[in-house]
Amino acid sequence: MTSNPMAGAVRRGRQYVPLLVTSVLLVLMFSVGSVQYDGFLSGQVLLNLLIDNAFLLVVAVGMTFVVLTGGIDLSVGAVVALSTMLSAWLVERHGWPPLLVIPLVLVVGTVAGFVMGWVIHSFEIQPFIVTLAGMFLARGLCYTISIDSISITDPTYTAFAQTRIPLPGDLFVSPSVLVAVGVVAVAFVVLHHTRLGRNVYALGGSEQSALLMGLPVARTKIAVYAVSGFCSSLGGVLLTFYMLSGYGLHAVGLELDAIAAVVIGGTLLTGGSGYLLGTVLGVLVLGLIQTLISFQGTLSSWWTRIVIGGLLFVFILLQRLIVGRRKV
Amino acid sequence: MPAQSAQQPVLEVRGIRKEFPGVVALDGVDFRLFPGEVHALMGENGAGKSTLIKVLTGVHPSDGGEVVLDGRPVRIAGPLQAQLAGISTVYQEVNLCPNLSVAENILIGREPRRFGLVHWSELRRRAAESVADLDLDIDVSAPLDSYSTAVQQLVAIVRAVEVSAKVLILDEPTSSLDREEVRQLFAVMRRLRDQGVAILFVSHFLDQVYEICDRMTVLLGGRLEGEYLTGELRQVDLVARMIGGEPSDPGEPSDSARREPAEGADAPPFLRADGLARSGAIEPYDLTIRSGEVVGLAGLLGSGRTEAARLLFGADHSTRGSVRIEGAEVSLRTPRTAISHGIAFCPEDRKTEGLIGELTVRENIVLALQAARGWTRPLSGTRQDEIALHWIRALGIRPGNPEALVRNLSGGNQQKVLLARWLITDPKLLILDEPTRGIDVGAKAEIQKLVADLAGDGMSVLFISAELEEVLRLCHRVGVLRDRRLVAELPNDGSLTPESIMATIASGAQS
Ligand SMILES: Nc1ncnc2c1ncn2[C@@H]1O[C@H](COP(=O)(O)OP(=O)(O)OP(=O)(O)O)[C@@H](O)[C@H]1O
Ligand SMILES: [Mg+2]
Repeated sequence: MTSNPMAGAVRRGRQYVPLLVTSVLLVLMFSVGSVQYDGFLSGQVLLNLLIDNAFLLVVAVGMTFVVLTGGIDLSVGAVVALSTMLSAWLVERHGWPPLLVIPLVLVVGTVAGFVMGWVIHSFEIQPFIVTLAGMFLARGLCYTISIDSISITDPTYTAFAQTRIPLPGDLFVSPSVLVAVGVVAVAFVVLHHTRLGRNVYALGGSEQSALLMGLPVARTKIAVYAVSGFCSSLGGVLLTFYMLSGYGLHAVGLELDAIAAVVIGGTLLTGGSGYLLGTVLGVLVLGLIQTLISFQGTLSSWWTRIVIGGLLFVFILLQRLIVGRRKV
Repeated sequence: MPAQSAQQPVLEVRGIRKEFPGVVALDGVDFRLFPGEVHALMGENGAGKSTLIKVLTGVHPSDGGEVVLDGRPVRIAGPLQAQLAGISTVYQEVNLCPNLSVAENILIGREPRRFGLVHWSELRRRAAESVADLDLDIDVSAPLDSYSTAVQQLVAIVRAVEVSAKVLILDEPTSSLDREEVRQLFAVMRRLRDQGVAILFVSHFLDQVYEICDRMTVLLGGRLEGEYLTGELRQVDLVARMIGGEPSDPGEPSDSARREPAEGADAPPFLRADGLARSGAIEPYDLTIRSGEVVGLAGLLGSGRTEAARLLFGADHSTRGSVRIEGAEVSLRTPRTAISHGIAFCPEDRKTEGLIGELTVRENIVLALQAARGWTRPLSGTRQDEIALHWIRALGIRPGNPEALVRNLSGGNQQKVLLARWLITDPKLLILDEPTRGIDVGAKAEIQKLVADLAGDGMSVLFISAELEEVLRLCHRVGVLRDRRLVAELPNDGSLTPESIMATIASGAQS
């Protein structure tokens, strides 16, 4: 029996189709923007995209882990809000040093994710339900801290918020961008080059098989929710810098943006297939839609939602087609 | 080299018991496995073979009894612990991750690492090496689901033998393999045995069991029937022990179940394919199937047997050629159109393409019939029960409860359910792709007889099987495929033998 090397290459190539489509879309949107609007084609517009969406990027990275296992995490937006609230409250009302508060917030988010993962695994409950409960819980907790927004005047936070890191060519980024890029780099290595990452893919491919192959299914499953919890709280920390306030209504609906970014980035909602870089592209696409609409100037910001909705629809259809073709 | 009984067993099971709701799957079974032996676990479909294996490897907790490994009682909590204890297993259903590459499937969980990261080039190299060990020529970096069930089965075997284990368990590893692959597998098994590995082998192919095994344990309805040395038990006696009957010498098993086509050899063709092809899957082929005729497709793994059949069912689109049904040209673009023309297709991969595990036996059986009637004309509950009970009896599906969930059935019984689903649609052309895979000897003969009877009543059958004896017993004509090309069409006029078919495959002779 022989195999046709060309066929093998084609088979392997098919996995990259969604990624390719997203890249093409991104380039297309950027070209349209450059042709239509003066000043669109500048490095800073691209960098602002990152600056404005750094926290979303971090959250979407965590979401990618979860979705790759075939799960979903609806609690991320609420955990982000709780993180901003907790930070603002501890720093402003209790005068805790930011260097203590930030690690604490990260621990809280990670533990929250860990607990949700543990419940999902041990009681075999749908991730949808468990993280929905987590979402209500985290949002609710925000309001037990304070009904109103708490603004932050702490010098460390304001300094961080105003810091601009200059790049060659009169460009700049914010520290949050560096954090987000760091998170993406680490997550990339973990997903594609460590056992944990490969177990995530295996779990998404077939949980039953992963179990029979002797892979640590329980550990992996709990780990992805913990990772998502960590990323959400880190996203919350970045959002605190960006907003300089803590508020229970921050990041409403962020979970849906994160899921949209992951899906537009080519990750299958059924799990097992997708790439971290796709998620980065997905976040950029979402950001670019927003930028385009703000450049346009007359459209209401709700158009962002409409376009995202349309895109999601197209991408989910695309996934259907690809999955449908996968069996040869 | 058979094991000496003086030796200590590497693995021993005493009084193991396993109950599922409503079924006692294992009832006080004793079993031992010696180093350096190949040991067959025999029994009918549903006898408890796979359950024993799953209890041994911690997939199911046992409800009693003990497992002794190397003289020490152990509690194996799961597949991971089993692996760590030196037990490597290929379960009956292919259990790999379709989305990962072949190489990862072979090595995941024990990937070579460098600086804590997966060492990809080393991983591919090692995977390619172990794949070559089984003489398998596939691209290890392609995703697993781009390969056929048979290749996937081989990959699962490669995964299990790649690690140097003390105990190797193979649950029906040969069910979808060809002779050549089986030969390769046996060579590997012999090598491992000579290195002192204890191998547990399950198969419904008695010839294979007699070829490779030193000793066997027979299960009957969840109980231990006995342990025998292969050399001391004749095949007929083994069969009798498996079905719990008297050893009756059935003489020559009627070597031909085939009848003359009802309307003679010049009956009008039911289906005619002219130059039908799908690029990359199967070269253009011509095939005629007359009413009442059983046409076999023989060929090695990956020779295009399944691919050729899928075109006739509209499961894949043909890229050229035409199909005529009862003289009229038709375009079989989807399975729905094929079904409406009276074609039924029983696929080889029951897990992903056939059965719905969460539904009951009854629901699975009536599925295709219901679909053919359309959802606006539902079958009544009593009618469904009648049909289900009829086929449960006709095919000996066990447990005989129409409300049992299909996923809880043994592998062979699941196969029977799938077969029943298509048989009841009363098709004009029935395409059977490896219909007797994993089915025990008794039931296999029943199914062959059934197919012959149906053909006798005028149904056309396209029969695909890796077992040439079976093809010869049933088919009037045999199409031989090689390298995705139909190379010959041989009339089964009595002079045809498995060897001559093999020779045709080897030479690739044009008819
Ligand atoms: N998860 C389960 N739940 C309920 N019953 C089960 C389950 N698994 C197996 N059984 C039942 O246990 C009995 C033994 O099944 P098992 O799979 O061990 O048979 P087997 O000997 O491997 O048969 P085959 O040759 O068909 O593979 C069958 O009656 C089956 O229906
Ligand atoms: Mg079995």
